[in-house]
Formats: sequence, structure tokens, C-alpha cells
Amino acid sequence: MSSGEIIIKGGFIIDPTRKINGDVGDVAIKDGKIVDKVSSSAKVIDAKGKVVMAGGVDIHSHVAGPKVNAGRLMRPEDKLRAGELRSSKAQKNGYRMESGFSIPSVFKTGYDYARMGYTFVMEAAMPPLLAPHVHEEIHDTPIIDEAALPVFGNNWFVMEYLKKGEVENTAAYIAWLLKVTKGYGVKVVNPGGTAAWAWGLNCLNINDQVPYFEITPGEIIKGLMEANEFLGLPHSIHVHQNNLGNPGNYPDTLESLKIAEGVKAKNKFGRETVLHSTHLQFHSYGGEGWKDFCSKSKEVMDYINKQKNLTFDLGCVTLDETTTMTADGPFEHHLHGLNHLKWTNVDVELETAAGIVPYIYDKNVLPNAIQWATGLELALFAKDMDRAFITTDHPNAGPFTRYPRVIKWLMSKKAREATLASMKNTDKVINATYIHGIDRELSLYEIAQMTRSGPAKCLGLSKVYGGLAPGMNGDVSVFDLNYKSMPSDAEKIETALQRAAYFIKDGEVVVKDGEVVSHGHKKTVWVKVKMPENPQVTRDVSQAFHQGTYTVDISNYPVREYLAPHQSIIDVNVEA
Amino acid sequence: MPKLIKGVGCPYCGSSCDDIEVLVSDDETKVLEVHNACIIGTNLFHHANDPTRPRLPRKRQPDGTMKEIPYEEAIDWMAKTMLAAKKPLIYGFGSTNCEGMSAVARIAEKSGAVLDNCATICHGPSFLAIFDNGYPSCTLGEAKNRADVVVFWGCNPMHAHPRHTSRYSIFPRGYFTQKGAMQRTVLSVDPRETDTAKLADIHLMLDQGHDYELFDAFRTVLRGHDIPDVVAGIKKETIKKSVEIMKNARFCMIFFGMGCTHSDGRNHNVDHAISLTRDLNEYTKCSIMAMRGHYNIAGPGQVWAWQFGFPYCIDLSKGTHAHMNPGETSSVDLAMRDEVDCFVNIGADAGAHFPIQPVQHLKKHPFITIDPNFNMASEISDLHIPVRIAGVDEPGVVYRMDNVPIQFKAVLKGLPGVPSDEELFNKVYERMCELTQTKPIWLAAKEDRRYPESEAVI
Amino acid sequence: MAKIHLNMITQRSIEEGAAMEQGKTNPNYFVACSICEMNPEDMKRGGIMKNTNIRVTSECGSVIVKAIEPTQYCPPGLAHIRQGVWANQVVPPRTQSTGTPQYSGFPVTIEPAPEERLKTALELVQGAVGLWQGGKI
Repeated sequence: MSSGEIIIKGGFIIDPTRKINGDVGDVAIKDGKIVDKVSSSAKVIDAKGKVVMAGGVDIHSHVAGPKVNAGRLMRPEDKLRAGELRSSKAQKNGYRMESGFSIPSVFKTGYDYARMGYTFVMEAAMPPLLAPHVHEEIHDTPIIDEAALPVFGNNWFVMEYLKKGEVENTAAYIAWLLKVTKGYGVKVVNPGGTAAWAWGLNCLNINDQVPYFEITPGEIIKGLMEANEFLGLPHSIHVHQNNLGNPGNYPDTLESLKIAEGVKAKNKFGRETVLHSTHLQFHSYGGEGWKDFCSKSKEVMDYINKQKNLTFDLGCVTLDETTTMTADGPFEHHLHGLNHLKWTNVDVELETAAGIVPYIYDKNVLPNAIQWATGLELALFAKDMDRAFITTDHPNAGPFTRYPRVIKWLMSKKAREATLASMKNTDKVINATYIHGIDRELSLYEIAQMTRSGPAKCLGLSKVYGGLAPGMNGDVSVFDLNYKSMPSDAEKIETALQRAAYFIKDGEVVVKDGEVVSHGHKKTVWVKVKMPENPQVTRDVSQAFHQGTYTVDISNYPVREYLAPHQSIIDVNVEA
Repeated sequence: MPKLIKGVGCPYCGSSCDDIEVLVSDDETKVLEVHNACIIGTNLFHHANDPTRPRLPRKRQPDGTMKEIPYEEAIDWMAKTMLAAKKPLIYGFGSTNCEGMSAVARIAEKSGAVLDNCATICHGPSFLAIFDNGYPSCTLGEAKNRADVVVFWGCNPMHAHPRHTSRYSIFPRGYFTQKGAMQRTVLSVDPRETDTAKLADIHLMLDQGHDYELFDAFRTVLRGHDIPDVVAGIKKETIKKSVEIMKNARFCMIFFGMGCTHSDGRNHNVDHAISLTRDLNEYTKCSIMAMRGHYNIAGPGQVWAWQFGFPYCIDLSKGTHAHMNPGETSSVDLAMRDEVDCFVNIGADAGAHFPIQPVQHLKKHPFITIDPNFNMASEISDLHIPVRIAGVDEPGVVYRMDNVPIQFKAVLKGLPGVPSDEELFNKVYERMCELTQTKPIWLAAKEDRRYPESEAVI
Repeated sequence: MAKIHLNMITQRSIEEGAAMEQGKTNPNYFVACSICEMNPEDMKRGGIMKNTNIRVTSECGSVIVKAIEPTQYCPPGLAHIRQGVWANQVVPPRTQSTGTPQYSGFPVTIEPAPEERLKTALELVQGAVGLWQGGKI
């Protein structure tokens, strides 16, 4: 953390947390935090004619952990394609080697996020047994602050407790697990279905029964939501619904979302929502098969726009060759059956699974083109941009380095139409989607809501990230965009957002003219819940280890302190 | 009072058993008793007591003898030698912790080295198969709790992973396998009647080196086609019976080893095994797992994959990017073609486990060994630098054969003055930076590693 | 007596592992690894008495080891030297472009050599690189 003073002068400030939309002004940083003003000896950064925003917040990205690494390991070819995005300039300046396109190495991950002015990235899924691996990768990822979401939706303890309706025990287990894995919140992936996958089965509908555990995905979502609010965690439950990726899955999505109706958020972190629906694009399909596959983004958004206690992120397809990886193990097996590319699977005892399959999103393949449109439509139909966040479910729908491209499409109808017109099946795409009829173009202010203030609030971190109010972290991104005269060529917007003119993190300049100039100081953010000891849960957990259902020793399960060198701990106190 | 330390990880084989209990002397300098480990692990822990364990680096003198030198001199010599080399080869890592593997990556980048590990002579062919064909696998607990059919193809855990069959694969009572061995059907495919084969319900004693044909026959039968009367020395009826057993399993687990990776066909054998696993998933749940040899040989594969994108045979000599091409950038091939001009052997024994010819090639150049004990490589090295034993007097993260990270403890206080791998490599790195007048690149991690540094390290 | 031609494999064994962890210069390692297991029928064909020394020659070298009856059954035609210093005197380094030498499945010629002595691990390895200075270990 820099104790120096910095003043970013004369830029167009875009800060939805204070409703500032392009006013010319200064941003002052001291001791790593935004302040009202600094002395005249502050380092001056001239932001005249440039846009100034808070550092970006990515709420869902697969960047650190066993399945990410399994993807790297099984795809040497992913390293060959990094040519144009590999920065030899960074190396000459003494930075670590960069590798990989859709699954970048940890060094490249940190550098590329920083180059785009992102300050915080949430590792979307952490298998608790392999949490030390996640933290090893996190501490090897430079610059950006990271947190990780342990997965609970197929966890044996959770399923056993919720089958009996024991929400408090579930909450105690969640609290314990967050502590031992240094996790941030409750991730739910294909609830019940991945547990079924351990026997080669799946749950596609929220009323399907999980084999042996005899609980339904709907009950798992409901129970975890109740436990989450009981604890008052900073983030809501973060849900990857059942039946991902299949034509006609949007009713299942809506059924899952309906579980949140009437539920109120309870927490001390300013979070107002109770369920975050992730990579919604993959869950918004109509049709009965691939022949009549179509977008149902409008239907989905009609519902979400009315439900004020929901948030979602897009999961936009970027039309690249990329790698899919998810804890939705059965889906990956299914995807492999569709595209016959190599398939890796890792079932994790008592907890979850993961699958990895490369995927080529080809704009000339009709379903992929429809997927592309669907993701963008969700944002373009959204009424409350504070509840809609930009992601590509990296790397599932595309690499995170494509965020500027997604933003370009959202901000420019012309850019969307150009991509649409370049497709082989343009007419069929238009018939199966809404995108051609949408004129709306998002503003940079709305983009800032979707990439800064919105996700920060949903994570319960609105006091720290996502804005430029005094007291928040000194994380500021400056882009070469003149707000008063934005380029008519949307490509220039993409270029400007790809490489920030400046990125300051914790009051330290880490990127200048699009290139990394410092490793800064990253933090690992996690949530420590303090609640009275729950003897039942303690006993149940110990038993699973002592009986050998887990094949590691209980003393080796919790992540040791030194694996997370810079911790930023969010305390949650649960009264008895 | 002697201290009993529980939940200790054993640093020998890929079973990475972490239920070992070690009784150490009151001053934590001697191992007194080892409980639960197999004979190999027990010997390993006791060997840490060996009073002749080296405590100082030794340098080869012109007359062929070794002379002890201070660490500083050794670090300096190693840094200079590696920097002077056009293409040094760093190999090993069967027996270090992940912290060490991460530290050596900096040295490798700085000196433009080839970074390779024991997988290159072991499960490298498995990686090659995974690159082409994926890897449908699971953690060992899944196998223990669910598998009712277990196939050992080209592996002999009773000898190479002695507690594997009792902790994970044949005998244990798992959550859904409460009857233990009684409800498991075991198949063994091996050209010898090994001690593992003796435990099997069916032993397919195939013609050595013909695993490829046998995998092919299995897949052909599974798909409902006919095969010749005898394939790879195994009768058609036996093959059909075996396939039926696997197909009707509730959960079929295939473990494979050097029988597939060391014999003719190498990666093609494993490729076929993976395809067979995938084919079986049409009928039932089936997973496959490579029987990784060392307790942390999965470690460098993981660490270097997240740092460079590749698990082994990583050529960093171009400086701008990492390049992997086993056969070209693999240790033995590089050695045989005289393409490296410095060799650093870390936590392994190339002197004993490479065929002798590549060793002879490598000995034309500076040869450095970093290992806690005397071994064949150290006894032919120009420089031998001892370090602490990961898992005994040095803790650290270890990746089991199923890639589950286990945080190993240290049971002894480190030998006075002897650094850990990580500490040594960091010092070499800093010296390299001094010599090249460049700044060391520490990500945020180094300053804050609350990782006890040995008091006496310079 | 004619030399016999066998197919050689080199693999782990618990005796080798246990001995190795006591140090490769330990006599247990010498006993565990300087042996070659072969089927008694092959021994008979080659005029080899069990527990006597033999010369094993491959395409890239030869080594003196002690012939013993298999501790784990070897079918006729298959021989096994436990992985280690003696085995690697004869393992061909050819990798079929994979990086991994031909540790298992290479042709060898075996003949009796009862008068030859077994060399120690150090003598073999140091000797191969010109560093052997004599001695007992």
C-alpha cells in the first residue's frame, strides 16, 4: 500500500455510487484510500480528456484452482494462440512470462485484468477439499485482489442437513467451511445434479430427486438461501441453475429464481438482493431441440426486472475458441458428446465435481450465434443496471480479455449489427433472437454500474470497491476516452478499455499506458463468521474424517495461514 | 518428553498417506517411532536421523574428491554456472514441496533453462495422452467410497504404492462400499503374476508390450463387435468376461502405471485407456487415474501449469515464452543429443534412474545436485547442495496422485544451517539478479510468507 | 551353452523402495537391486544356476547381476531387473519421441557369468563417468 499522495486531475468522472456521470473533476488518493483532498506535494496524474472510473469488479471468473489448472494442463495448444496478446514489453520491463489465451497463466491473469483496470476478481468455484490449491494460485496471481466462492450445492453435509430442514446446522457448517477454506460466500452449482453425477446421473429440474440423498435441487437452493440470510453474509447465494446449456431450459431457470420470491436480504453490508443468478445467458434458451433453439432473454428479463431481490451476470459468448470448465460435471460430459473434443472430469469426494471441454463458438454455427445474441439481450432488456453485471463466465463463454469487446457490443448498435451481418445464418439468427430489433445502446455510466458499483454492492463490498467516494480503496482506472466526444467507431472504445491509460491500485500506479509497471500489493479477501460453536456440526464433520469417508486427515484440511499471505478479512458476527 | 505428531504426510509414493504418526525426540531432532507407514515410508523417516546426512555443500575438486564449502560459495557457483550456460536443464522434483517448485521457476526463467520433472521418465506419456484425449478422473475418496470394480492395468501397487490397496482401492470400507474387499471385483492386467495380480479376481497375464492391442480388444467388445480368439496372449472369453464385469459395475475405477507408459506405444497405450474409460461412461460411471509415483510428483505439473501453462519439458530458453515439446524438450532426449550444457538435479536421482547413457552425456557439462541425502547423482556431481527433507524437516504443500493438495507437516526441526529448497532457490535467484544487475521479481507473496525461515540460513 | 534372448522389463519393487530409502550405498540396496528375476525354464535353457551371476547385454550396454528365481512370477521369455542402478546400465534411452526411455520391453541377451563379480552402485555410476576411484562401497 502506498502512503504517497496522488491526485488524478481533470478527468471525466463516472461514479454511479455518487451518481456522477461525466463531471470533470479530481480524484484524490492518500495512504491507499480515496480522500477528499491531498496536499500540493501529491503526484499528479493528468486525466484531462480521459474517463476516470473506479477499478473494475468481476463477480464471476474461473481463474484459480484445480479445474482451471486441469484446463491449462490438458490444452498445450491454448498457449500457441496467445501470440497477439502476449506482451513482450512486460517481459523486457522485468515481469514474469505470460502464457495462454483462454486459460491464461496466473501471471498473465493478473497482468491482463490490471491492464483493463480491474481491481477485484471473484474465483467462481472453489472445491473445499482442494482449497489450498486455489489459494496457491491466488497468491501467485499478481496485482488483483481475489476471493473465492466454495461450492455447497452438492455437498454431502448440506444435503443431509437440508433434507431434515436443519437450516441452523447448515449455517454453522457454512460458517466453518468459509473459515477453513478462507472462502467468501455460498456458491451453488447445478444443485444436486453434480452429486448425482458421481453415479453418472444428473438433476435437470428442481424437483428431481438426488440419488441416495433424496433431496431436490429446489430444496437445496431454498435451504442455502435461508442459511445465507441467517448468517447475514456479505454476498447472496450465487447460483448456477440446473439444466444449463440445453434448449428450452428457461422455464427451469424461472422456477429456480422463483424460490427467492418474498425473501428479504438480511445483512450489515448494504446488500439488498438474495440470489445472484450467474451466467444467465446459458440458462435463457427456448426451443425443444437444436433446430428450433432460440433466445428467451426477454421472457427471463421480464421476470427479473420485476424481482428487485435478484441480481445476475451475463455470461456473454464472445465468439472465440475457448475452454469450458464448470462444476456442472454432467453438463461437460454432455457437451463432450456434442462436440467430441477432449473431456476431463474430476469428481471430488463429498463435495462436488468439475468437467473441462474445449469449445469453439463459431459465429457461423447457428446455436452459437443465438447464444451470442442472448447474452447481450439480457443486458439490453435490463431495467436496473445495478443488478446486471458483465461477465463471460471466463473462460466458458469467452476469455475475460474480451470484456471490452462485450462492452463495445452493448454500447454500439452498429457494432452489433456488423457482427450480425457477418454471420452465415444472419436471417435465421434474427428470427431466433431479439437483438436485431433492439436499438438501445448502453452508456458508459451504465457500463460502470454493471462492472463496478453493481457487483461491489451485490458482494457486500460497496464500502471498499466499485466507487470513488472518500474512504473507498484507492483503486482507480483511467481510460483514453473523451466522454464529451466519444469515438463513432466503436472499435476505439474496445481498444481504449483493453489497455487503461492508468490503473492505480491501493494508491499505487500499477499500469501506465496500458502496460504493467508494478506488481502492487494484492489481497486475498475472505469472510470470517463468528458464531457460537455447533456441537452437532463439529461432530458430524469430525466423523466424516475419522471414519475415512474423506481420505485426508482433518488436521490437513484447513488452509494454512501462510498460503494466503495478504488477507483482507470481512468479519461477520452471528448472535446466538 | 517425546512428542507424538499425528496427521503426518509420508513423503514417498503417490499415495501421499497423511495418517502417519511420528514419535520424535523432545528436542525435535530425532525420529523415534513411525506408526501406520509402510516399510518404505518408515525407512524414509528413520533415514532422516542418519548422522552422516550432509550439512554443507560439497564441491568436486580437480583430483576427483569432494570438499565441503560454505553455502554462500555454492550459491554463487550455481548462479554463475547456470547463467553462463546457454541452455541449462533443471530436472527432478519428485521429492520437493510446491514452494520449492515455485521458487525454482524464477531461476529457470532468469537463466533461460529447460524445466523438467520426473514425469518425463514416468507418466509423461500419460500427459501426452491427456493432451490429446482428456482425463475423466476423480479423487481417491470417490474410488474408495464407490468403486465396486477396480482394474489395475500395468501397475503393481502392492510394491510401488504399498498402502494404496488398503487406504483406497481394494480393502477399505468406504461410504457406499461398507463390505470392503468383499464387494469389490478386482482385475489385474500385468505380464507377470505380481503380488497385486495375486489379489485380483481375474489376472490377465498379457504378452508384455501388447497393452495397446488389449485395450483395443476391450473397446471392440464393449461396442459389440467380434475379436480374434486370442489378443495379446489373452483368450477372447476372458476379455469378454472382463468387459462384462466392467460394464455392469456401479462404478468402475481404472488405475494404470508404468506397464502402459514404459512399454512400446507409451502415450498411445494411455490414450486408449482413456478412450476405454470414456466408452464405459456410456454404460456406467467409470473413472481412470494415473498411479503417480512420488508423493508430490503431481506438484510440479500443477505449479508449472499455473505459472507457465505446461506440466513438464518446459523450454524457457527463448526468454519470451514457454515452449513444450516432449521428445524435443524432454530431459533424456536433450541429454542424448547434447543440447544442454548444464544439469541441475533436484529432489531426484538422475544418476540412478536415467539410463546410464544420458547421464554420461550430461556429465560432459557442469552437474549440480540438490538433495538432502547422498545419492548416485550427488556422487558424480560437481556440486552437491543439501537441503531439508520435504515432509520430514520441512513442511509444504504436496499434490497427491489424484491432485488433491495436502499440507504436509514437518516433524523435525531442520538440520542447523541447512536451508529448505525454497530458501536455497530464492538465494540463488537473488544472486542471479545481482550478477545480471536486474531486480528480483517477487509477487506479493514473498515478503509475507509466514513460513518459518530456518534460523541459521545465511 | 547358447546365450538366451529374453524380453526385459524394469519395475519398482517394495524391496527396492525400502532399501533405496536407506540410501543407495546401503548394502540392502545392493542386495535388492543387483538381481535379475527370470523363469526357471529360461535359466535351464541358458545353463544358468540360480543365485549365480549372469551377464545381461542390451543394445546399449551390459551389466553383471545375480540371477534369481522370481519373487513375483515371470513367464518364460520375460526377465525383470528391479528399477535402479543395475537396470539402468542396460535400459535403452530411446524414447519413441516421448521423453520416456524404454524401461520396459527391450531385448536382452543373457549368458552365465559365475566368475564375474557384481559391481557396487557407486562403481557402476561413477565408473561410467570416469569418477570411480576404487574402494569397497
